[in-house]
Amino acid sequence: MTRPALHADVAVVRGGQRIAAVFDVAPGHPLAIIGPNGAGKSSVLAAIAGLVPLESGRVAIGSRVVDGLPPERRRIGVVFQDYVLFPHLTVRDNVAFAARMRGRRTAARAVAEPWLERYGLDALASRFPAELSGGQAQRVALARALAADPEVLLLDEPMSALDVEVRAEMRSELATHVREFGGATVVVTHSPADAAALADSVLVLEQGRVSQRGTLGELRARPATPYVERMLAASVE
Amino acid sequence: MAATTPRVAGRLAWPVAVVAGLALALLVLPLAALVLRAPWADLPELLARESVLQALVLSFSTALAATTLCLLLGVPLAALLARAAGWPTLPRRLLRAAVTVPLVLPPVVGGIALLQLLGRRGLLGSALEDWFGITVPFTTGAVVIAQVFVSLPFLVFAVEGALHTADRRTELAAATLGASRWQVFRFVTLPLVAPGVAAGAVLCFSRALGEFGATITFAGSLPGVTRTLPIASYLAMQTDPDEAVALALLLLAVSVAVLLGLRDRWLPGVRG
Repeated sequence: MTRPALHADVAVVRGGQRIAAVFDVAPGHPLAIIGPNGAGKSSVLAAIAGLVPLESGRVAIGSRVVDGLPPERRRIGVVFQDYVLFPHLTVRDNVAFAARMRGRRTAARAVAEPWLERYGLDALASRFPAELSGGQAQRVALARALAADPEVLLLDEPMSALDVEVRAEMRSELATHVREFGGATVVVTHSPADAAALADSVLVLEQGRVSQRGTLGELRARPATPYVERMLAASVE
Repeated sequence: MAATTPRVAGRLAWPVAVVAGLALALLVLPLAALVLRAPWADLPELLARESVLQALVLSFSTALAATTLCLLLGVPLAALLARAAGWPTLPRRLLRAAVTVPLVLPPVVGGIALLQLLGRRGLLGSALEDWFGITVPFTTGAVVIAQVFVSLPFLVFAVEGALHTADRRTELAAATLGASRWQVFRFVTLPLVAPGVAAGAVLCFSRALGEFGATITFAGSLPGVTRTLPIASYLAMQTDPDEAVALALLLLAVSVAVLLGLRDRWLPGVRG
């Protein structure tokens, strides 16, 4: 099954700052957007997903232009920062949410079942989000997004809500799931370690502008800005 | 003098304590008197009277109808009010003022205003009568309208408060999962604000049940049609004070029940 590529040419204005980025993401080759706090990384994701209005630009999935569509019709899955699970729904109903929007409750729960199994959530299916650990919540967030059968997956700082001790383990687990998904994937992070594990290439966003794009190796060989140099130096460990 | 560590921070200056005590007495003593002076022995007979039962049934059914209407009308209005946070200042303030007015307005003024709109010679009322033969004032429907007018703000503000504390990103998450705007409201927003809606509905009901001024002005006092418990109680005071006290006790009991029902969950101010 070949999935479509993502073409993003987005310009948004957030808090007086203009943020613009143009990039393509091939299916199966995740892109990490990395940059300092306030660079506009999350705004780029929100613009692709249709959660903030585009000032100008184009978002296309394969040949399908989606920038005129509301978020619910874009088929773009999002794993939000701190996951933003539905607090009033059980794990099962969180994962079944997208299917529930298209059909009855029993049918939706049947759709959710294999996802719960695959993500090791069966035992937690009747729990509410408040009763989950960070790692469990991350699994639910990912299963919830992927159960909607999206064509593109966006992850906003997926590791930041996790305790340091579980981060490495969850990182490799997440990398496996992202690879299984196989579609165009963009992950926002401020950690080169996350970028290395989850993505094939990196796009550096500074003050609303793309300052460099390449693999981590390329960035290391020729850092374009002092920020890139400092960031990579800090993550040598 | 057992206290070795004086709790200065927790101590009130004595004039403040005395005035606070007086204030408390002002709140509690009248209700205590009502309970103590009540004709307990005759209570069963008083409450079983035809006039009392009539007012009781009318009051509860109209207050329930008003609460239902407040829910249907007030939840969308609260959603609008919460969304208005991003509006320009003037329309936002006007909207908020319009919702707040019934809270600060003397209910009698509300009743007169309703007559000016829906009375037989009112702005809308004359047209309603000419075209459809509908007369609103002095009907049970008028009782419900007056109750909605005074109690709607309670529901709107309770729900609006809940909307503000709910995480708006859950709505965005729902949209990315394919939920239409209506589905977002139905499956995410509404369940998240359900406690606020319930608290608002209870406040609404108790306000509607106690409604007097707007009701008697706009709907009058026809036994069995518009004579609700508060009106019946007021009228009984002139002819049969024992019946008036019995009715007052009944209303007090309902208020206490409301207070207990709201206690922990929804009214942090009442938490013991």
